[in-house]
Amino acid sequence: MSRKTLTRRQFVAATAMSSTALIAAPYVRGAYAAGKLSIGFWDHWVPDANEASRALVKEWAEKEKVEVSIDYITSNNKKIELTAAAEAQAKSGHDILQMPSWWPHAYSENLEPLNDVMEPLIKQNGEVNGTVKYLGQSGGKWLAVPATPGSQIKGPCSRIDLMKQHAGIDVQEMYPAGSAPKADNWTLETFLKAAEACHKAGFPFGIGLGETTDSVDTAGAIFQSFGAELVNAKGDVTVKTDEVRQALEFFKKLIAVLPADAPSWDDASNNKWLISGRGAMIMNPPSAWAVAKRDAPQVAEQCWTHGFPSGPKGRFAPFLPYFWGVWAFGKNKEAAKSLLVHLSSPAAIEKFVAASGGYDLPAYANMTKFKTWAEVGPPTGTLFHYPDPYHQQTLSIAASPAPPKIAQQIYFQATLTKMALRFAQGEKLETALAWAEGECEGFMRT
Amino acid sequence: MADVVVEQGRLARAVSPRKKGASLRNVLGRKSTVAFFLTLPLILLITMLVLYPAFYSLYLATLNKAMTKFVGLGNFTFLFKRETFWMVVKQSCIFAITAVIFKALIGFIVAHFVHNIPGKKQRKWRGMLLVPWVIPPAMSTLAWLWLFDPSYSAFNYTLSFFGVGPIPWLGDTFWARFSVILVNVWYGAPFFLIMYLAALKSVPDQLYEAASIDGANWWQKIWHITLPMMRNIIAITTLFSLIVTFANFDIVRILTSGGPLDRTHLFATWAFQVGIQSSDIPLGACVSLFMVPILAVAAIFILRDVNKRGNEA
Repeated sequence: MSRKTLTRRQFVAATAMSSTALIAAPYVRGAYAAGKLSIGFWDHWVPDANEASRALVKEWAEKEKVEVSIDYITSNNKKIELTAAAEAQAKSGHDILQMPSWWPHAYSENLEPLNDVMEPLIKQNGEVNGTVKYLGQSGGKWLAVPATPGSQIKGPCSRIDLMKQHAGIDVQEMYPAGSAPKADNWTLETFLKAAEACHKAGFPFGIGLGETTDSVDTAGAIFQSFGAELVNAKGDVTVKTDEVRQALEFFKKLIAVLPADAPSWDDASNNKWLISGRGAMIMNPPSAWAVAKRDAPQVAEQCWTHGFPSGPKGRFAPFLPYFWGVWAFGKNKEAAKSLLVHLSSPAAIEKFVAASGGYDLPAYANMTKFKTWAEVGPPTGTLFHYPDPYHQQTLSIAASPAPPKIAQQIYFQATLTKMALRFAQGEKLETALAWAEGECEGFMRT
Repeated sequence: MADVVVEQGRLARAVSPRKKGASLRNVLGRKSTVAFFLTLPLILLITMLVLYPAFYSLYLATLNKAMTKFVGLGNFTFLFKRETFWMVVKQSCIFAITAVIFKALIGFIVAHFVHNIPGKKQRKWRGMLLVPWVIPPAMSTLAWLWLFDPSYSAFNYTLSFFGVGPIPWLGDTFWARFSVILVNVWYGAPFFLIMYLAALKSVPDQLYEAASIDGANWWQKIWHITLPMMRNIIAITTLFSLIVTFANFDIVRILTSGGPLDRTHLFATWAFQVGIQSSDIPLGACVSLFMVPILAVAAIFILRDVNKRGNEA
């Protein structure tokens, strides 16, 4: 048995080759060579809609050799908010967490900047709307990527028959399927007259005045239509303005023709109102219509989702985006970014929209004309105008343009609906304004 | 008696230091040592789940909103200036005191009825009356929410046959407060019932017999025998219920989320809204901590009274 001796030159060459192999190791992949990734996704209310995200993640994981685990977290009882708060405090948890509208700003210090993800995505998918920038960006830094699942516009969903019969408005003619809206006359004034007529006929509009998001979002869009801001973009309290007074006067008239128990409504109440056949209109994404399709098909086939009425300062529609954030303390940030790019590709976005039956809305300007919205029914075309395909509305969120950390307080303390309700229930206008001013001053804490 | 023997053993060891092994055996053999080790798992559990969060929330309450700076009592002084905070204090007191009074009253009356039901039947009634208390409140409150529902309220449907209503159960300030208190009373009264029933059973029958011979009527028996005999259990039950009711969260959260116009918010629900929903965790911690001094004062008065009576006895 001969034994070969190792020369110094051979030793150096072998060491150099081993080092190169070690450095290049990630490119020579085993089954899960690129590590692990843990994701917390919002648990979609549409049955089987989670399958779209599951399939897309699996497809990416197999290609990238990453071991992925997904938790679907329900939004019921603020479970996502609680998860985000716990993970931010513990500095540990999922690598990617899907979070509701205000949370990227709330946890901005704990989130990984995602400019390197968002800038190419905008080039690829088109510009994002102003609300996504307002909620997802801070000082030029992208805090999170807008998620298609869960993002929604809460525009009017009208009963075709009741609106025609009692208010003399043909919503299908105003918002025809497949073509641009003819909604110049669809103003807040027309809306109020229709609300009064439908109330008189026993089919009041189902608009909540509670403290949950549906109520606040509608109030927000109406206030913005009047140009009414409680706190401006600079952070100054601007409650006592003519615009706010005008918005409150309008609300007082509207509240008089809403259901008596609207102050107690939560986000399910308006859905039930429409499905029960008791109302001519609600402000909601197509979830109510989708449930009606299953439980009350005779109601569903009379539903038409369309644009918001315009006010003196424009046509605003409540837009509530979800975001995917990457924790700065996450262990596999590069993999997380790569997955977010995959989930934001046009093909993936179209899959999300189709799986949710048209409920999920992409935040990108070029993605408002998928065939799902044109085809779903009955009646066919009922969701055609849901994503605002002709960009005739300003997609906004209540309490904006106040700095997001202040706006979040106005939003979740439901200052807009409370102020409107106080005034409508007999409090003097100036007293209601003074109360709101005091509340807003309290929200300035840093 | 055994404790005294052990104590003597310990003293005996003190004068003979050579027996160190025996000393350790004696320490381990003491009833108090055994008791300590037996309760150690519970002590550790309470430390982890109660004491740590309590001290952590104290720490959180001293930080600024961004949780980057120590502000001392700044959050508390901020709260004292808020109109909504004082409304929540008032409402929590109204909610807890009203609910506890009604729970105690209903529990007391029903306990008497059940006490007078003979043998086997009493067990059935006891079981049935405990049902509200054993169902998880989050579940039973959902059922109440459907009963009060704006569109499908079963109560309003029933009332419509009598030409009454519809009543905005959760949409009007008065009715919303009434509804949350009603559900809390429904849920909590069985606890009072079972405690009072146990207390009633421990009152010697001879006292009632002697009172009857003296010609006492039912009211005099209650006033001079039942109530004095039950005083301690009434005090302890009231204190316990007051603490639990003050800290209530689920009933209000599910039924009204604090509305309309914040008029049903309690400390816990408002703390959640401020802390979690509005991302102001330090202020939320402050709100929830505010319950402590209120309940501590109530606890001191009630427990001092119980202790005094115990010493008198």
